[in-house]
Amino acid sequence: MTSETLVEINDLNFSYDKRAILKGINMTMPRGKVIAIMGGSGCGKTTLLRLIGGSIAPSSGYVKVAGQVVHELSRDALFQMRRKMSMLFQFGALFTDLSVFDNVAFQMREHTNLPEAVIRDLVLMKLHTVGLRGAHKLMPTELSGGMARRVALARSIALDPLLIMYDEPFTGLDPISLSVIGNLIRRLTDALGMTSIVVTHDVQESLKIVDYVYFISEGVIAAHGTPAEVRDSVAPFVHQFVHGEEDGPVPFHYPANSYASDLRLGDRFA
Amino acid sequence: MPRRIVLGIRGVGHRVIESVWRLGRASHFFMLMLLKSGISMRRFHLIIREIYFTGVLSLIIIVVSGLFVGMVLGLQGYETLQKYGSESAVGTLVALSLVRELGPVVAALLFASRAGSAITAEIGLMKATEQLAAMEMMAVDPIARVVAPRFWAGVISMPFLAAMFSAVGIFGGYLVTVVLIGVDEGSFWSQMQNAVDFRYDIVNGVIKTCVFGVAVTAIAVFEGYDAPPTAEGVSGATTRTVVTSSLAILGLDFVLTAFMFRGMS
Ligand SMILES: Nc1ncnc2c1ncn2[C@@H]1O[C@H](COP(=O)(O)OP(=O)(O)OP(=O)(O)O)[C@@H](O)[C@H]1O
Ligand SMILES: [Mg+2]
Repeated sequence: MTSETLVEINDLNFSYDKRAILKGINMTMPRGKVIAIMGGSGCGKTTLLRLIGGSIAPSSGYVKVAGQVVHELSRDALFQMRRKMSMLFQFGALFTDLSVFDNVAFQMREHTNLPEAVIRDLVLMKLHTVGLRGAHKLMPTELSGGMARRVALARSIALDPLLIMYDEPFTGLDPISLSVIGNLIRRLTDALGMTSIVVTHDVQESLKIVDYVYFISEGVIAAHGTPAEVRDSVAPFVHQFVHGEEDGPVPFHYPANSYASDLRLGDRFA
Repeated sequence: MPRRIVLGIRGVGHRVIESVWRLGRASHFFMLMLLKSGISMRRFHLIIREIYFTGVLSLIIIVVSGLFVGMVLGLQGYETLQKYGSESAVGTLVALSLVRELGPVVAALLFASRAGSAITAEIGLMKATEQLAAMEMMAVDPIARVVAPRFWAGVISMPFLAAMFSAVGIFGGYLVTVVLIGVDEGSFWSQMQNAVDFRYDIVNGVIKTCVFGVAVTAIAVFEGYDAPPTAEGVSGATTRTVVTSSLAILGLDFVLTAFMFRGMS
């Protein structure tokens, strides 16, 4: 990868209370690329996005976005930086007191002085790209889960940011919307030269659109590579993940006492 | 046994520390909100929208309760006053009770349970569903955009609601005593006009409602903002809003009354 780096993550550590979630993560994300982050449920993908967005601070190490160390920024500087990035939340996080239209228009109204007529056209264009122009009058409660996520996607691209973080954009989408949204992420990245970070479980769909993949397991990067490398990989971890097998190095269970001792089989059979 | 005592003491200490922390967070939050209020003042349509939700939608309960409280005051007052042959003073009694005490206090209590709980639940839910986090990620400050407009809307609405309560209450008293029982209409109104003093009664009543308005909405927005982001967290916060602000209203009312009406006959 030769192009300019937008996000640089260096020896990043993070723990909740005393439980280490991320341990020594290093990543480089160039401009104009789509990067996928994959890993089992609860391995810290959302946490990583929140670290990049600056809503939590690392225990050690740093995240640099456009050359600035995120957790050292003042609140004003952080807000300034966030105007150029956006995040699609795992559960959409649409503003429930605003209509679909007002949700998408929210940042335009907050951060620009565009006249209402221009905002109207922009909002309808953004909604059109996710196929929901006809739904602009609805309230978020009147949307299905997948529709809400598409509206949230339209909202997150409202101001054409430099960096978009998508937290599981594909869950709850039917196969058609899924591939439309996948291609949309690819096209937006190419057309606007932005960087997209996609957290996803959808291996097959994301391998079609991304430039680079990181696998996280137990807080460390277990493997990384281009989609072609990943498909051909014989590493047991990657193989298990790409083919969705239960047995392998990725644990399905959250760390716990032994099953037998939790069910107190020991007492009974002692 | 000693272990139990140790645990007990530790529990008390824990609660004290937790309360002090909360108080600190609340003061910090309140200062931040005041600092950031300038932004929402400049966008007054945000406040207008909230005035509709907190103020206008509370009107029905305020009007209906005011009417009944006034009618009861009229009945009770007439009962007692006629024993002394001074039933024409019933207008004075109704008006003074309402303007000095019942108007501000009861309207504020109703406001706390109708609008205060709604504010807490709304802000708490916005937090639980990550809407506030999303707003922060969009470089929009939730305290300026969500909290401050609700606070000022409550502070602005409260005096009008209390005034409405008193006015409707006086009308209720009039209905019962003059229209139903037949007390002389002229003396009902003229005695009331003579007895109610603008400075002492009306202005003090308005001061009370402003203080209550600030207290109730400040508690409501803080509880919502500070709520744990879960269903139980939000429901607990909503309950606390109603309980804390009701106690605050009654306590503040005593203090304010002691200062305002001291030494008056
Ligand atoms: N507020 C919190 N306090 C304590 N622990 C937390 C908190 N939020 C998350 N965790 C823990 O951090 C770990 C990583 O959480 P995270 O949300 O980043 O997972 P994820 O990779 O996004 O999972 P999923 O794919 O299921 O969304 C989890 O094991 C979770 O238990
Ligand atoms: Mg997640």
